[in-house]
Amino acid sequence: MSGDPQSALVMPDLDPGILERRSDIVAQLRTLVPGEGVIADENEMRAFESDGLTAYRQLPFVVVLPETVEQVAAVLRYCHETGLKVVPRGAGTSLSGGALPLGDGVLLGLGKFSQIIDIDYDNRTATVQPGVTNLAITKAVEGNGFYYAPDPSSQIACTIGGNVAENSGGVHCLKYGLTTNNILGLQVVLINGDIVRIGGKHLDSDGYDLLGLLAGSEGLLGIVTEVTVRILRKPETARAVLIGFPTSEDAGACVAAIIGAGIIAGGMEMMDRLAIHAAEEFVHAGYPLDVEALLIVELDGPEAEVSDLLKRVEKIAKANKASVVRVSTSEAERDTFWAGRKAAFPAVGRISPDYYCMDGTIPRRQLPRVLSVMRELSEKYGLRVANVFHAGDGNLHPLILYDANVPGELEAAENFGADILRLCVEVGGVLTGEHGVGVEKRDLMYEMFSETDLEQQQRVKCAFDDKGLLNPGKVFPTLHRCAELGRMHIHGGKLPFPDIPRF
Amino acid sequence: MDILKPRNEDECIEIVKWAVSEEQPLEIMSGGTKRKLGRPVEAATLVDISALAGISLYEPDELVMTAGPGTSLVDIEKALQENDQELAFEPADYGPLFGKTPGATTIGGILAGNISGPRRLKAGAARDHFLGARAVSGRGELFKAGGRVVKNVTGYDLCKVLAGSWGTLAIMTETTIKVLPAGQKIFTVLVSDLADKDAATAMAKALGSTFEVSGAAHIPAGLTPGSGTDKSDMAVTALRVEGIGPSVEYRASGLVELLANERECQIIKTTDSQKFWRNVRDCSYFTQNTNRPLWRISVAPTDGPDIVAAVRSRADISAFYDWAGGLVWMEFGSDPAGDGGAAIVREAVNATGGHATLIRAEDDIRAGVEVFHPQDPVLAGVTARLKNSFDPENILNPGRMYGGV
Ligand SMILES: Cc1cc2nc3c(=O)[nH]c(=O)nc-3n(C[C@H](O)[C@H](O)[C@H](O)COP(=O)(O)OP(=O)(O)OC[C@H]3O[C@@H](n4cnc5c(N)ncnc54)[C@H](O)[C@@H]3O)c2cc1C
Repeated sequence: MSGDPQSALVMPDLDPGILERRSDIVAQLRTLVPGEGVIADENEMRAFESDGLTAYRQLPFVVVLPETVEQVAAVLRYCHETGLKVVPRGAGTSLSGGALPLGDGVLLGLGKFSQIIDIDYDNRTATVQPGVTNLAITKAVEGNGFYYAPDPSSQIACTIGGNVAENSGGVHCLKYGLTTNNILGLQVVLINGDIVRIGGKHLDSDGYDLLGLLAGSEGLLGIVTEVTVRILRKPETARAVLIGFPTSEDAGACVAAIIGAGIIAGGMEMMDRLAIHAAEEFVHAGYPLDVEALLIVELDGPEAEVSDLLKRVEKIAKANKASVVRVSTSEAERDTFWAGRKAAFPAVGRISPDYYCMDGTIPRRQLPRVLSVMRELSEKYGLRVANVFHAGDGNLHPLILYDANVPGELEAAENFGADILRLCVEVGGVLTGEHGVGVEKRDLMYEMFSETDLEQQQRVKCAFDDKGLLNPGKVFPTLHRCAELGRMHIHGGKLPFPDIPRF
Repeated sequence: MDILKPRNEDECIEIVKWAVSEEQPLEIMSGGTKRKLGRPVEAATLVDISALAGISLYEPDELVMTAGPGTSLVDIEKALQENDQELAFEPADYGPLFGKTPGATTIGGILAGNISGPRRLKAGAARDHFLGARAVSGRGELFKAGGRVVKNVTGYDLCKVLAGSWGTLAIMTETTIKVLPAGQKIFTVLVSDLADKDAATAMAKALGSTFEVSGAAHIPAGLTPGSGTDKSDMAVTALRVEGIGPSVEYRASGLVELLANERECQIIKTTDSQKFWRNVRDCSYFTQNTNRPLWRISVAPTDGPDIVAAVRSRADISAFYDWAGGLVWMEFGSDPAGDGGAAIVREAVNATGGHATLIRAEDDIRAGVEVFHPQDPVLAGVTARLKNSFDPENILNPGRMYGGV
């Protein structure tokens, strides 16, 4: 996506006290992270001015690329003392602007943390630094028949630190869970420079579940400097089946019927006509072009199980008006089936100058309603939409096609997107399934949460970040000072609850 | 003691507001089976939320259920069974460990304690299946956490923090959980007579195989489940596989082949398997002497046997292993130091990493030692601030987890 710089986006006010001390601050940071670790040159900083949500750009105040946890701690301690904001960054593939820099904040890149520290097959864990890419973990263990289950489509590039911060998913999370379900331990540096360990190689951390809280916290609570993940033995076999339908409603009914029959597939993905055609033109996956919706269902496990389930899925598909059913007969063919799906975003990028990727989740049975309203909205805004879903768990990725060079189209795309997300919430779903709130969905948070809900979340942030220095301007639509949030207004004195049963 | 039994959310809010203004700490209880788990709570008022019960939403093909925290697990499991579904994290009934009759556990208590059974090692813990909640904080404010769909990264995942918070952060008034299809068949491969360390090796081998083991436990010789009659005079290592028939049969025989040179193997089928794993889940081996200190120790699976050996060299204990060795249940036969064995257990666990919880001990012991694993000062600071962010006046179950928390 390209185009119009953040017309509507309001970020926290720049701190003039920080801006005027820039050269001093840069010099201080250089003493903490010597060598090439501090980038202050405008041209060199350009590479960091946006993440995967490229509609928004901002040159960082300064970029710092530490190499050791001690350096991270020293930088954070300095920022805490100085009142300097910090934006963590992994590979910068976030689609919600989570890693969008601040003009008066340090952009803290974790890319140099690229070591795999420990692989323990007996305990089925891998401990890695946060800058290791998602795919590199699987590559490191696949020789022994293992893999790391969550597999975002961006897995070649995105880092495990970014995955933890976004609680990323992938096409296999229906059966194997999201990042939060697949991590066991973290090392985290708090904003005051304190280093903590949470969990380890054992299951379930003791005390409050900080691991669960850090997962999906979008860099607002601490800097992740080490991650211990669960690795799994690769299933004996995996086979995929392509199923084409005359309508999206039929495809949706088929998904419900498969799950209703007690089958939890390894992956269950759906594409609509526009997405099918774009993907087919791009990677020639052999997708049928005369269908309105396509499902890819993958079954994995022992051969005996997979072949039995495949038969049942085929039967269910036919009962749900499938017009095409094709089972992969080789590993190569299975990869081809997936290639189209995994390249769906760039494929859509080829048929439109720009596209805007949404990420709502809905209860699956609401799919027909959501699709039909989406068609109406598409007409209303005069913009096409291609649909790619993680159908098994109701996570939609509508891709809104627009041209940033046409005045008003970006704005229309954003409004269209916001309408879709409001609809998701209205039918019982949520604003974001795996891409995060970031700056993108920040101002829609009131669609889902009350002021009280959001204040409680911000109090949790205060427990980690008393001065609000970690990634401010993301996730929360309005920022409150911690002292203000801590106040309580309760007046007592009345006779307590005459009606409540007491014993 | 004053007992209040709210019938709805509004009454919960009213109670907490009163407690805050009168500075009256509250003890929060649902089914009450785990009331003696944790440090003793000093509160003159008990809030019994068991009336906030009932399944308000169950959509089998959406794999989701919403229920009041006081809903009995028996009722939930009955509804699920009718649709061939289950709670995949296999919630345990700890009631009998404390001398209570089985079946009193509620979903609120299970989630508040993050209680999971043997399948935890494959399917995740209670917290992994906890999708959404409505809850009243210690500020007397109703807030919502999560939602009803599995894929949700909208804001902080507060359900995770409520799970395992033992009622110290908020009173849950409604819970939404993920449900899953139950396995049609359950087979268990039993390997006899392995020493603890060899059992851990065998279990690691099984878990590292493609056979999708959903339970891995080792019961040393001499342990008898309190509820059953089968006397075990030989150690038994058990590996469970679940799913559709042909797959289960294939995987069970695959495991037998894999472990054949360890010792003699035997396969037990669905009904016997269910009984066996229920005993492991509920820790039925230690329900006879409810005055004896009992520990639940979570460590890296390969460290389990070393920890048991280290403690055994200094104390009179019985222990068995779940989670492939990663969960050790340990009962002290005697308690000469009067600390429930805390010093010895924690020393052993700290040498490897992990944590130990004193699940059961007399009140005076639990008042004197840390029941949950002591935290380092930085972590303790985060814990205290997190508690404060939900419950600034320390009204809800004060001191149940740690001093002041
Ligand atoms: C083509 C494409 C396909 C994608 N497909 C998927 C998909 O299938 N599923 C999915 O879930 N996502 C997907 N994404 C989104 C994105 O890849 C994920 O959100 C990913 O986890 C981001 O990782 P990153 O390393 O790029 O993090 P960044 O984009 O650099 O940062 C993401 C967030 O994490 C924070 N952060 C990064 N590192 C740390 C750290 N060490 N400590 C604390 N905070 C940190 C940042 O501040 C920011 O808020 C896709 C993106 C693209 C471009």
